Amino acid sequence: MGAILTIQGLTRFFGGLAAVMDLSFQVQSGEILSLIGPNGAGKTTVFNLITGTLLPTQGKVLFQDHEITGLRPYKTTTLGVARTFQTTSLFYDETVIDNLIVSYRCRTHMGFWDALIHTSRSREDERRCRQKAEEILEFIGLMERASELARNIPQESQKRLALGLALVTEPKLLLLDEPVGGLTEEENIGMMALIQKVRTRGITILLIEHKMKIVMNISDRIVVLNYGQKIAEGAPQEVGSNSAVIEAYLGAGYAET
Amino acid sequence: MNRMVRKWLILTILVIAVIIPLVVTNKYYMNILIMSGIWSIVALSLNLILGYTGQVNLAHGAFFGIGAYASALMMLKLNMNFWLVLPLAAAIAGFFGFLIGLPALRTRGSYFAIGTLCFNIIVTLIVDRWEGLTEGARGLMGIPGPSPIPLPWGGEITFKTMAAQYYLVLCFLLLTIFVLRRIIQSLVGRTFRAIRGNEELAEAVGIQPMRTKILSFTVSCFFAGIGGVLYASYIGFLSPEITDYHVSFDSLIYVMIGGVGTIVGPIIGTLLIVTIPETLHIAAEFRLLLYGLILIVMIIYLPRGIVGGLKSLKERKRKQEVSWEQS
Repeated sequence: MGAILTIQGLTRFFGGLAAVMDLSFQVQSGEILSLIGPNGAGKTTVFNLITGTLLPTQGKVLFQDHEITGLRPYKTTTLGVARTFQTTSLFYDETVIDNLIVSYRCRTHMGFWDALIHTSRSREDERRCRQKAEEILEFIGLMERASELARNIPQESQKRLALGLALVTEPKLLLLDEPVGGLTEEENIGMMALIQKVRTRGITILLIEHKMKIVMNISDRIVVLNYGQKIAEGAPQEVGSNSAVIEAYLGAGYAET
Repeated sequence: MNRMVRKWLILTILVIAVIIPLVVTNKYYMNILIMSGIWSIVALSLNLILGYTGQVNLAHGAFFGIGAYASALMMLKLNMNFWLVLPLAAAIAGFFGFLIGLPALRTRGSYFAIGTLCFNIIVTLIVDRWEGLTEGARGLMGIPGPSPIPLPWGGEITFKTMAAQYYLVLCFLLLTIFVLRRIIQSLVGRTFRAIRGNEELAEAVGIQPMRTKILSFTVSCFFAGIGGVLYASYIGFLSPEITDYHVSFDSLIYVMIGGVGTIVGPIIGTLLIVTIPETLHIAAEFRLLLYGLILIVMIIYLPRGIVGGLKSLKERKRKQEVSWEQS
């Protein structure tokens, strides 16, 4: 155990607006930590700061005790931090399996000359990619859709695939940005089961989600953001009864009752 | 089954390509065929960065021109052998691609298109004004053709006849297809397509966007350079116009009409656009008008070009069959 991810005094300004302000928290190895907060609280910005899509104005991000602040996204991914996006991001013009194959590229070593000469290394890498892609396909339950175009599969399958693209990069920490956004009640259950299954692979999960039922069910701990600042942190029950949290979500009047 | 049909089709086309010079003796038609071959190489190379990597490069004429001028200058001023000059000049074009790619590929979408277009104009201006080196608007004359290849058992292969020139271009066309196909079908090619599909996602799954784009751009410019060398040695004369953005737009049109992001598309596009106006003897001014018209119609009705259109027709048919089977 121990912290897999440590965030220290993370701050990001957009012009004069502090999207994230002096934020510090830790993600423990093996847990599911949820990041919640009202719209515009800065949750996705935190993801962007961790993965290097955005540079922090101040503060540090440590992954497995190494500083990764401001590293480019491809670099953080190679180190073992994968993410999904709020708007389901896929390679829409490729088939489901091709989506997964190219996403395993970061774990292969063949280069341009290998491709040109068709060396044994290139053949080996392509075989490994396909094998890995099939393994993940099985895991996310999309085996029958392997050869369909990503744009033609149902939304729920697309969400699964988006998770698969992150998984195939062999992450140690997975950042999920609203994995059940836009899904039906039934689909939520399947998705939650999948996320639980990811955890049993030994992958730590940092989750952004709006659906409270899911957050309360699945999380080990919760961090609540409001206006870019942490207003609460703790186990689901503690956070759920925290007056500052209720105030942030429902307004000051509700907190007293 | 489908694979077999494909194999035979490719074989038949190859055989036809090989026996054409034995049947067609008319110099005018041979010239058109040779030019189609050269432009096919250029269009194919443009397609790597444009079709497969999704970066609209409007400087392909410049890289074609750099290859052409570099080879001509090396042969004329340094008396170097064609077979040494060919890879060197292509490498110079590739190197320029690499250098320009470093800043230009940091921009995306239309900014990259505008940036490369500006680079193209700069190159043409330099070629036009640097008279000490390039002879400026007078042009470079008397560029030698390919040097003969001596054969080990005596004798040599010369490139004096049209047929020989044709085979030379055909060889390089096949080489270009072979190399580009290898790349496109490999994991490296998959990363190119990933960048085209969604650069942000590509980076999120660990693909290094800059490196990938620069690789694609450099290879693309290298082959544009090969096209330039073949052109210079075939025509024997170069003037600054051959480096300018008309060449870029022409190759863009070939790719767009044939089919972006396909292997045969650029070749079909080139063959159609180069041969049809020539054989119909359409005047140059009308040709531009015709290009414009065709392009508008294509973009509205066949945005993926001829080959892309055929592909989606096939897909639709397959889908219909599937839905019949299901019902």
